[in-house]
Amino acid sequence: MLQLKNLHVKIEDRTILKGINLEINAGEVHAIMGPNGSGKSTLTQIIAGRDLYQITQGQILFEGKDLTPFAPEARAQRGIFLAFQYPIEIPGVANAYFLRTALNAKRKFLGLPEIDAMDFLALIKEKMSLLHMDPSFLNRSVNEGFSGGEKKRNEILQMAILEPKLALLDETDSGLDIDSLKIVARGVNTLRTSERAILLVTHYQRLLNYIEPDYVHVLSDGRIVKSGGKELALRLEEQGYGWVKEMTA
Amino acid sequence: MTSTTKLEELTSQDYKYGFITELEMDRAPKGLNEDIIRLISAKKNEPAFMLEWRLKAYRHWLTMKEPTWQNVKYPPIDYQDIYYYAAPTQKTKPKSLDEVDPELRETFNKLGISLAEQEVLTGVAVDAVFDSVSVGTSFKEKLGKMGIIFCSFSEAVQEHPELVKKYLGTVVPYTDNFFATLNSAVFTDGSFCYIPKGVRCPMELSTYFRINAAQTGQFERTLIIADADSYVSYLEGCTAPKRDENQLHAAVVELVALDNAQIKYSTVQNWYPGDKQGKGGIYNFVTKRGKCAGINSKISWTQVETGSAITWKYPSCILLGDNSVGEFYSVAVTNHYQQADTGTKMIHIGKNTRSTIVSKGISAGHGQNTYRGLVKIMKNATGARNHSQCDSLLMGDLCGAHTFPLIEIKNSTAQMEHEASTSKIGEDQLFYCKQRGLSEEDAVNMIVNGFCKQVFKELPMEFAVEAQKLLGVSLEGSVG
Repeated sequence: MLQLKNLHVKIEDRTILKGINLEINAGEVHAIMGPNGSGKSTLTQIIAGRDLYQITQGQILFEGKDLTPFAPEARAQRGIFLAFQYPIEIPGVANAYFLRTALNAKRKFLGLPEIDAMDFLALIKEKMSLLHMDPSFLNRSVNEGFSGGEKKRNEILQMAILEPKLALLDETDSGLDIDSLKIVARGVNTLRTSERAILLVTHYQRLLNYIEPDYVHVLSDGRIVKSGGKELALRLEEQGYGWVKEMTA
Repeated sequence: MTSTTKLEELTSQDYKYGFITELEMDRAPKGLNEDIIRLISAKKNEPAFMLEWRLKAYRHWLTMKEPTWQNVKYPPIDYQDIYYYAAPTQKTKPKSLDEVDPELRETFNKLGISLAEQEVLTGVAVDAVFDSVSVGTSFKEKLGKMGIIFCSFSEAVQEHPELVKKYLGTVVPYTDNFFATLNSAVFTDGSFCYIPKGVRCPMELSTYFRINAAQTGQFERTLIIADADSYVSYLEGCTAPKRDENQLHAAVVELVALDNAQIKYSTVQNWYPGDKQGKGGIYNFVTKRGKCAGINSKISWTQVETGSAITWKYPSCILLGDNSVGEFYSVAVTNHYQQADTGTKMIHIGKNTRSTIVSKGISAGHGQNTYRGLVKIMKNATGARNHSQCDSLLMGDLCGAHTFPLIEIKNSTAQMEHEASTSKIGEDQLFYCKQRGLSEEDAVNMIVNGFCKQVFKELPMEFAVEAQKLLGVSLEGSVG
């Protein structure tokens, strides 16, 4: 589904990704781990099409197509979803309205009729109960005044509504207490299907106890320095990133 | 697509309402002198008190200087190079819509405000002001049965001179300011509304203003009186055809609320803002003021200002009656080279008077947006309260937002709150929306409408929808 080929990415004059090769197939969950500043967030953002970043070499293929000419909204409509590390606040815009607009943008792209307000309400209520969200959330402004946990749950709710083919989860576990982490992880696990690919980025092994990855990759200084199964995450937890860095030095 | 080409593509759209109606014009020569004023008064068959009032205003105006304190720039206006009187020629006044010039009605149809349709569909009585002469008034009979007077200003002068004489200039005196004084001397028409004691006006009263003839200064005068225990909601909407020369619009609106009366005045202003280089556009120099004369009275101003090259207005409230309430809700948008210097004055005179100010300024392109406000608590205004909130939203790096809030307190029991914020539509907000599949235009629309929500919710329903659409059109392509 997703192929990264020798991907080099820079922001302004700083090169952040220095030749990433990665292939993710439908049904797989890949975890990217790595120390601060290793380029994890950049990787998710460049796939989603953020134009702060620039590809200097290599390419990103999604379902066999080069993503370069596609704007962020076109990528989203084609099924790429990014759960943000720091979800953005949009004051005065009700969550329900935001989500329905997003869903309809996608449906329009797929040539489907717009979903009406009643059907949407039924859909979102079902998804909200999955994530233990209070109904009052529907009328609150997007992420405004949300706690850290509420923001992250909101991201997963959006994912549940938009049903992407490829979900990029950027540090979805950061700032969550253990209860919230379990709720979020359960939400993600229910969205784990044989048609959907998930790429999750995290510092800590903790999340991987709840969302078991098929593959773990270690990112350091803009390169994937080690790949393996979930046992790799456990080793990182025990020994830190030092040994990986030494190995590549 | 890069943001620059998108910007160019979107902003190359023409002003939607830029068309000119060919009508026979009855026009006085250019320039201003006492003879012109006498001519206007004679054309309108006015009683002597009106002519005297106009002449007093004119003589006072000759002693005044154009103000320079406002934060807007424009080339000097040659007041002798303006037509002060232009009226579509019609031999007799139309008694029904059928008698209205078909071409004129076509113009209204293009604007989507067909009088006939409005009568049937929306239940709004429209007093349409077209180049200074009121051409159609609907629902008049129905309102008349309740004792409500809703007519053109000229008609009010003829039919209800005692009311005009009693209230004209009591809120905005003819000596008030340069533009209001000019208006007092030369105004040609406008709207008049009187709600009798104890009557709740059953529908939104609405006036659509349009400026049509080239180089005709538009001097409207509106006077609304809500007698004791009455209520009225009044809508004012404006669009103007495209012109290359700047056009002066100096209107005056006076509101009077007596004991326990309430007036809600809503404006959506979408006059021609000038082109992308700042050429042309309306100079909207307007004096709007309401007097809460009676106890427990209330006046609310809600305005959405998206048009005009320059907007210069401060819808204000004089809170004279004890327990009276003044409100001001405003959205002002400046894009390209538009300039807006707008805000309000809340003058607390009576005891326990309260006022609320919510101002949302949006600047894009090279637009300059200024909030200027005065909250004044007079010595006897025991227990007065004010809450002010001024928020500015910036789009791009070339625009500006300025705020000049002034507070004068002469009574120590006053309670004041003032909040202010300035934010920028962030690249991160846009990216977030786009990542959810929204186009850039939809994303900007959504963010801006969210920003304005507090004001839009004060607008009557049909106006709120129009306002949201206008905002979208005004800001298209403004994020680069």
